[in-house]
Parts: sequence; C-alpha cells; structure tokens
Amino acid sequence: MDKEIVFRTEDLTKVYDTGEVKVYALAGVDLDLFAGELTVLLGPSGSGKSTLLNILGGLDHATSGKVWFHDRELTQLRDRGLTQFRRDHVGFVFQFYNLVPSLTARENVQLVTDVARDPMRPEEALERVGLAHRIDHFPAELSGGEQQRVAIARAVAKRPEILLCDEPTGALDSATGTQVLEVLRGVNDELGTSTVVITHNAEIRKMAHRVLYFQDGKLSRVETNEHRLSPAEIVW
Amino acid sequence: MDALDIKLWRDFKRLWAQSLAIALVMAAGVAVLLMSFGMSKALDETRDTYYERNRFADVFVDARSVPMSMLATIQTLEGVAAAEARVTTHATLDIDGKSRATVVYVNSLPETGVPLLNVPILRRGTLPDPNASDQVALNEPFAKANDLWPGDRLAINLNGTKREVTVTGWLLSPEFIYTIGPGSLIPDDEDYGILWMPERALAAVLDRTGAFDNLTLKLRPGFDPKPVIEELDRLLEPYGSWGAIDRTEQVSNAFIDGEINQLKTLAYILPPVFLGITVFLVNMVMGRIVTLERTEIGLLKALGYTNLDVCLHYLFLSGLVAAVGVVIGWAAGSWLSFGLAKLYANFFKFPYLIYNVSWNTYIVSGLLGFAAATFGAIRSAMAAARLSPATAMSPPAPPRFKRSWIDRALAAVRVSQPTMMILRSLIRWPIRAAMSILGMALAVSILVSSNFFPDSLDVIIDSAFRQSNRQHAVLFFNDLMPESALEEARRLPGVLQAEGQQYLTAVFRKDHYEKRVVVEARRPGNDLSRVVDTNGQPIDAPTDGVMLSRRLAAQLHVGVGDTVEAEFRGTRHGTFELPVTALITQYFGLGAYLDQGMADRMFQQSSQTSIVNVTLDPAFDEAFQERLKELPKLGGSAMMIENREGFQETISQNILITTTIYVILGVLITVGVAYNGARIQLSERARELASLRILGFTRAEVGFILVGEIMLLALLAQPLGWWLGWAIAKLMAESFTSDLYAIPLVLKPATFSQASLVVLGAALVSVLIVRRQLDRLNLVSVMKTRE
Ligand SMILES: Nc1ncnc2c1ncn2[C@@H]1O[C@H](COP(=O)(O)OP(=O)(O)OP(=O)(O)O)[C@@H](O)[C@H]1O
Ligand SMILES: [Mg+2]
Repeated sequence: MDKEIVFRTEDLTKVYDTGEVKVYALAGVDLDLFAGELTVLLGPSGSGKSTLLNILGGLDHATSGKVWFHDRELTQLRDRGLTQFRRDHVGFVFQFYNLVPSLTARENVQLVTDVARDPMRPEEALERVGLAHRIDHFPAELSGGEQQRVAIARAVAKRPEILLCDEPTGALDSATGTQVLEVLRGVNDELGTSTVVITHNAEIRKMAHRVLYFQDGKLSRVETNEHRLSPAEIVW
Repeated sequence: MDALDIKLWRDFKRLWAQSLAIALVMAAGVAVLLMSFGMSKALDETRDTYYERNRFADVFVDARSVPMSMLATIQTLEGVAAAEARVTTHATLDIDGKSRATVVYVNSLPETGVPLLNVPILRRGTLPDPNASDQVALNEPFAKANDLWPGDRLAINLNGTKREVTVTGWLLSPEFIYTIGPGSLIPDDEDYGILWMPERALAAVLDRTGAFDNLTLKLRPGFDPKPVIEELDRLLEPYGSWGAIDRTEQVSNAFIDGEINQLKTLAYILPPVFLGITVFLVNMVMGRIVTLERTEIGLLKALGYTNLDVCLHYLFLSGLVAAVGVVIGWAAGSWLSFGLAKLYANFFKFPYLIYNVSWNTYIVSGLLGFAAATFGAIRSAMAAARLSPATAMSPPAPPRFKRSWIDRALAAVRVSQPTMMILRSLIRWPIRAAMSILGMALAVSILVSSNFFPDSLDVIIDSAFRQSNRQHAVLFFNDLMPESALEEARRLPGVLQAEGQQYLTAVFRKDHYEKRVVVEARRPGNDLSRVVDTNGQPIDAPTDGVMLSRRLAAQLHVGVGDTVEAEFRGTRHGTFELPVTALITQYFGLGAYLDQGMADRMFQQSSQTSIVNVTLDPAFDEAFQERLKELPKLGGSAMMIENREGFQETISQNILITTTIYVILGVLITVGVAYNGARIQLSERARELASLRILGFTRAEVGFILVGEIMLLALLAQPLGWWLGWAIAKLMAESFTSDLYAIPLVLKPATFSQASLVVLGAALVSVLIVRRQLDRLNLVSVMKTRE
C-alpha cells in the first residue's frame, strides 16, 4: 500500500501499577494508521482501547514502546510538547460529550477556535453538524445527540488532522447514534480527517475502512472492508 | 471575549453568594488595614510636617523665676540649636455669661511678637501687640467652645489681681495639639484652654521681669537629648525645676504617640486574622470547585489548553472574589477612616486636614487582599493544572471511608445513621473541620476581646471616681501653699470638707533602672482622695518607706523589701534611700506615695500643700464658682463630677460605635465560614442526601445532617474562641497600657455568652439558608447527574 501513515506504534505498552497487581492495559501493540482512513477499534471491555486512544491523542504517557505521528516521535515529547500537539492536530469526541455546562453551543466550540491555528468559524462548525439553529443553547437545553454533535463540531472546528472518538454513540439510541455517525462519516469524507472510532457496537465496523480488534491489551486482528456501508444502512 | 473568560464570568456569577461571603471577610481585613495603617501613617506624617514647619521643640523644662542670664549659658550647651524662654502660669478666667471658673495655661509671647519655637498658627484675628498689656490670644478650640471672638473681652485673674483683657486672635500650636486640663481624663475644650500674652505685660504682673519659668529647646539634627537634659536638670534644679523632658514625655505628643500605637496594634492584630480566614475559605471553596470541574479541566487540557492556562483560569476566579473584597474593603475602609478622622478632630487639633489616606495604603491593602485570595487558591489551581487529562475525564474514585476504632466505638453507643454520617465526615476531612472550628473560634474571640473593654472601663471608673477620688472639686495652686490654705479653702462658700495633698518630683533609681515620678505626700486617714487597693480597702501611705504602684515597681524592677534611691528635685530636694514597703494596683499614672509626716521629717520642713480636695454643697455652687474666679494664687480647679460624666459620655459613645463594628466583623467571619461550609457540604452530599430522601428519610432528618455538622463545629469552636478571646484581650490590655494608664482585664461571663450567642446565631442562620436549598433539591435530577 502506498497510503501515508499518520500514526505508527512499536511495542506500545501501558502498565497500571495499583500496588498489589500490575495491570497491562496495553501489552505491546504494533500498528499503523493511515491518512484519511476511518478506523474502528473493537474489543471487549478492559481490552485497552481507550488507553490506546489516549496515548495516540497525547492525553497520556506510555510506559514503554514508541509512537510516531508522521515522523515525530510522540513518546519523546514532554507535557508541553503534547499539549501543543493536541492543540494543533487532534480533535476529541468523548462518550459523555464533556461539554462545559456554563457555555452555550457556540461558546463550547469557541473554546477550541480561540486557541487553534486555522479554525473555522464556530457557526460554520455547528452548521456542519446541523445545529445552526441551536447555536445559543446551553448543554442542559440540548438532547444527548445534539450535545454529541456539538462535541463533534467542537472537535472538527480546528480542522484537525485526526479525530479520535471514544464510544461517541455509547450514550445514544440508535436513531440519534446514526445521525452522529453520519456527521463523523461526513467529516472523514469531506475534510479527509483521519478518524478513529472506539465502539462496542460491532455493526458500526461496517462503515470503517479498517477494523482493529483488541484483546487483553493486544491487537488481535485487523480487517479491511472492501465495501463500506453508510451509517443509514447499518442496522443496530 | 474568549470562551474561557465567559466561563469564568458565568462561574463567578453562579457562585455569587459564596463569593460575597468570602469577599466580605476579606473586605473587613482590607478595611481595617486601610483604616488603622492609613490613619496611623496619616497621623504620623501630619504630625511630622506640622512639627517641622512650626519648629516644635525637642526639649521642654519648667522651673520658677530663672534669671535671664541662664538662657545664655543654656544656649551654649553642646547640641542646642535654639532656646526660647517663656513666662508661664495657670490662671482662672471669668467669662461673661459663664458661671464656672475656667482654667487656662498662660504662656508669654516674646518681645519680637512671634515665638522662635512652637510657632503658633494664626487662625483668625491678629497676634497681641508686644507692648500692649491688655491683649491676649487664645487657642482656637477653646475660643470656639466659649464663643470668644477677636475683639471680645474677658477677665483674667493673674497673681491675685483681676484684669480685663481683649482677645485679638485665635491660634493653634504644635505644642497643644492635644490639651488636657489638670485633673481631667479627657480633653474638654470648654473648660481648659491655652492663652498667649505678651511677655512684658505678663512678666510685670507675675514679678518675672528679667526671669523666665519655661524653656523650650531645639537641638541640632540627630543630637541625643539625654546629655542636654542632664545638664539642664543640674542648672535649673535650684529654681525648682521638676526636670527637663524630651518629646516622648511632652503631654500632647505622648497622647498622639499613644493613639498611633493603638492604631498600629490594631493593624497588626485584626487584618491578619481576616486575611488568614480568607485564605482558608478560598482554599476550601476552590478545592471543591476544582473537584467538581475535574472533567472540564481534563477537557480543556485535551483541547490543548496549557497547564498555565488552566492554573490562571482558577486563579482569576479567586481574583474576581478578591476584586469584590478589595473594592468593598476600600469603600468601607475609606468610610471608617473618614469617621475616625471626625472623631480625632474632637481630640487632636491639627491646623490642616491631613486625614486623607495615602494611595500607598490603598495599593498595599489591595495587594494583600489579592495575595490572600491567590494564596488560598494556588494549591487547587496547581492541582488543576497538574491533573492528567486522561484521568481527569474518568470519574474520580469515591472517597475511601475506612472503618476505624472510632466507627466501632460509635457502633457500640448506637448513634443514629445521620449522626454517624456527620461524625464520619468530620473524621474524613479533619483539617477542614479544624479550620472551620478555628475560623468560628476567631469570630468568638474578636467579640470577646472587643467586649471586655466596657467592663474594664467600669472598673476603672469605679476605682478612679467612686473609690479613689471622692472629692467634688480639686483646687490647684501655682506654688506650694502653707497649711493655712486649707483653712481658707474650708471657708469658701459651700465647702463641706477640705483636705490637702502635696506633690514632690523625684527620680527613682534601682541599679540601672531609672524613672521620673511624681511622689504624693499623704496625710493618714485622708477621706476624699484615697489610695485604694483592688479589694476596695483604703490604704494609708507607709510611715517607714514608700508605697509604689505595681506598674512603677515593675518598671524599676523592685519589690517589697528593696530600696530605691530617690533623688528629689524642685523646692524640696535631696537624695534618700527609701525602702519599698508596699505595692498597690492602680489604673492611672505611675503612683508613688509617702506619708506627709515622714516627708516633713525628711526635708525638715513644715507641711505644705500643692492641691486641696473639697466636697461641696451643691446649693452653693454658684457662689463657690464666683469666689474661685477671685482667689489669688489659684492655678486652677477641676470639677470631678463633670469630669466623670464627660468621660463616661465620650467613652460610652465610642464603645457603642466600636462594639457595633466588632459585632459586624464577628458575624462576617461566622457567615463566611458557616455558609461556605454548608454549601460545600450540600455540594458534596447532594447525592447522598437525595438518596436518603428517596429511602424515606424526612426533610427534617436529612436537614439535620447538614445543619448538625456545621452547628457541631460551631459549638466546638466556642471554648477555643473563649480562650483565644481571653488571650487577645490580655494582649490588648497589655499593649494599651502606658505610663498614663493601665487597662485591667475584666472578663465577665456575659461577655463570653454574648459572643457565643452572636456566633451561634449567625452560624445557624447561614446553614438554614443553605438548608432551604436542600429542601428544594430536585431528587430525580440529582440522581441522574453523573459525578
Ligand atoms: N487509571 C487506571 N488505573 C488502573 N487501571 C486502569 C486505569 N485505567 C485503565 N485501567 C485498566 O486498564 C485496562 C484497560 O482499560 P481501558 O479503559 O483502556 O479499556 P477499554 O478497552 O477502553 O474498556 P471499555 O470498553 O470498558 O471502555 C483495564 O483493565 C482497566 O481496568
Ligand atoms: Mg474505554
């Protein structure tokens, strides 16, 4: 394959030392993620998906092993470097939306555009997720799906190179979940943002370019979809 | 505005009640600091300027009829830059339409017209003509109080002859910023004044031509007054000098010093307490906010905000609280300073309005306010900055309650579940509990330590007036009078009893300790002016030694059985070794007492008297006053009853003001601690309390947990507060004690119970307000929120 590699990991290991026992959240992971691809991570609870995503996104440090972002070795970066990396390149979407309750939809997006290098206008980002009409609402006045779309707008507003989503539909019903997935797919198609989605819903894998399976802190299997389904075609 | 700033602003608005409770505590600290520090500085600087511009003297000495030739000798002493001789005396005035005889201190104006030192400021009219014999100037406050305008005439009794004089002008002098009449406790502008008269005329009436009674000296800059004073004492001793003094002992200056010291004491005690509590409150509230906003912090960091951004975000929040506190503190402090300045204007007569607090004080007090808030917030802000974004977004582990011996003990006594929850929480956050107790204890202590003052004053008044000074009036003479003066006094209209007393001046020495004292020679069995011990027993002066007040004995480091070397000065002089045979507790002055008979034997002279104490038949008051205006040799008189009434009135007004202020301060602290404590309880326990309600506990039972914990802390704070209050009161009593007076430490049970009532009441109201929010808690929404 001649696709450009965004992320590459080598023997990536994360150990949580809780005193009595050592938990190997990641036990030596080697993988590549490609530019413009939508990747789905699947695996049982506790298999290390979130841990991987956090390390890729520069939210957490690995215990050992290496991670490259293009030709930059992330595992060499200290706190300050990781902050800069997140600010410039990464968009996050979390299971529980994590909107700031005291800020409106627009202001939540503005949190990102205030510090990004080349952001969209917050209105544009919200329009993209179909929420132009709810722009001045506070999170408490929005439904779960709407909140998650605000979170996605916030993540894409800076035009990130990569979008990392940890169970973005985990708290949503299927219809709302579908809406959210469509937004993610749209971003991936139209902006070419490399996207990683963690999910417990195996059906969602059908919309991915590639699917990575996790088991006990290890990458157990990689699957490439010849034929991708659109979110609307996925049956929950 | 940046989104983060918007969040800051909205958070601040949401927390307004808590912020305000903290800001008010801080404001109290800033206000007191501004007032006490600013005013002491203003007073100090104004005084310095006034002294500088008007050439306030460095050394002062009184004698009697010193030949002018001595002035030349003194001018050549090393270190003396200038010396000015004056003729001085006390005299009685007869003012038209005023029945009471009024005492003035008379001092001469030089031939040149304007004094060299202690230059008076002309406030109205003109200075008297140096050649006139019937022109005088008065100090402004006295003239105003008696409605005496330039051109008005009055009669003055000088050396037994009454003469009519004309007022030419009003003056103010750096020597008489604070004036207090003989025998008075507080200034009384109406009954005691300063009068200036041309030297030629005054010397002629008093037989002082070519002589002087008073000398003021200006020293070369940086010159130590001590050797000059020693030399002066040696030179003037033959002229009945009581000893030269420097500025620290000059009465007007000493009172201003005392006031400045009190203000400084205030500045060092109170603001640290308030700012300390502010630190604690900000710390507690910010700690809670950061805990609540863990996920938001994690999110901000995930979005690429730096540690510094996050840290500053929380510091700014505390900064907003500080801004409110500082602004309120400045406003309140300015208002208090203004009020205090008005109060001072009654006592201290400065020529210019100098009571504007300098910008520096505003800046320093403001910075301290911000520093307190920042100091309180810094730990939480740093913790927020250090939170790793990954862990911040996963829910925190529930606090670990360990089963300890205390739980087993509690289980054994079978306390109810809500009580158990209260006790566990105290054990879980012992530092917070301890700080809350300390905060409320400080509130109690402020009330106790401010409230002891009125009771102490009652004791002082009782001791000074009802026990010690039972005379109705005191007559002062310019010279020592023979015993026959007593007989004359008895013949005055309305006089029922008359007793004499003699004052001698001496320097007491013991090893290297030395003190200038006024010794009272007393006749045994004196009934009007008595020396009374703490049990109210009158004590006669010992016939075999000297009796000292305890404070004097402490300053000389002597006790009963020691001997002091007493060097008497003035008309009765000589050096004696006197055994100390008794000590006595007294609130005014540094008393020393000799038996009159013993004194007469020591000096081998017959008894004489300096003052006569009398009791009066009120029916003859007018006739008595009329006679006083005529009496030759009378230096002055003091009406003790009016003295006492004036003292009590002034003091009780001031006490009402200060007590109100301290109650407000105590309530502010209590509300700050109790309200914030309860709000944090509610925030931490919302789920727990909602669960209890769902399980069927009543509102009252659930409310009990909230109210119970804070009130338990408030109760625990009481004994500590009483003890702290006692300690602070003791410290204050000691620091206010000077050579002029001592403040006894009188703490009545009512003082403690009132302080406790105020604090417990304020705490209860604070938690009940929070309890109402608990009652309105939406059970469903609380259980649904994720934390
Ligand atoms: N802070 C931590 N301290 C200790 N162990 C941790 C911590 N975070 C994660 N773990 C452990 O690491 C392992 C991997 O966790 P991770 O969150 O990556 O799993 P996951 O695949 O995302 O699971 P889920 O699908 O339930 O979200 C788990 O066993 C978890 O218990
Ligand atoms: Mg996970």
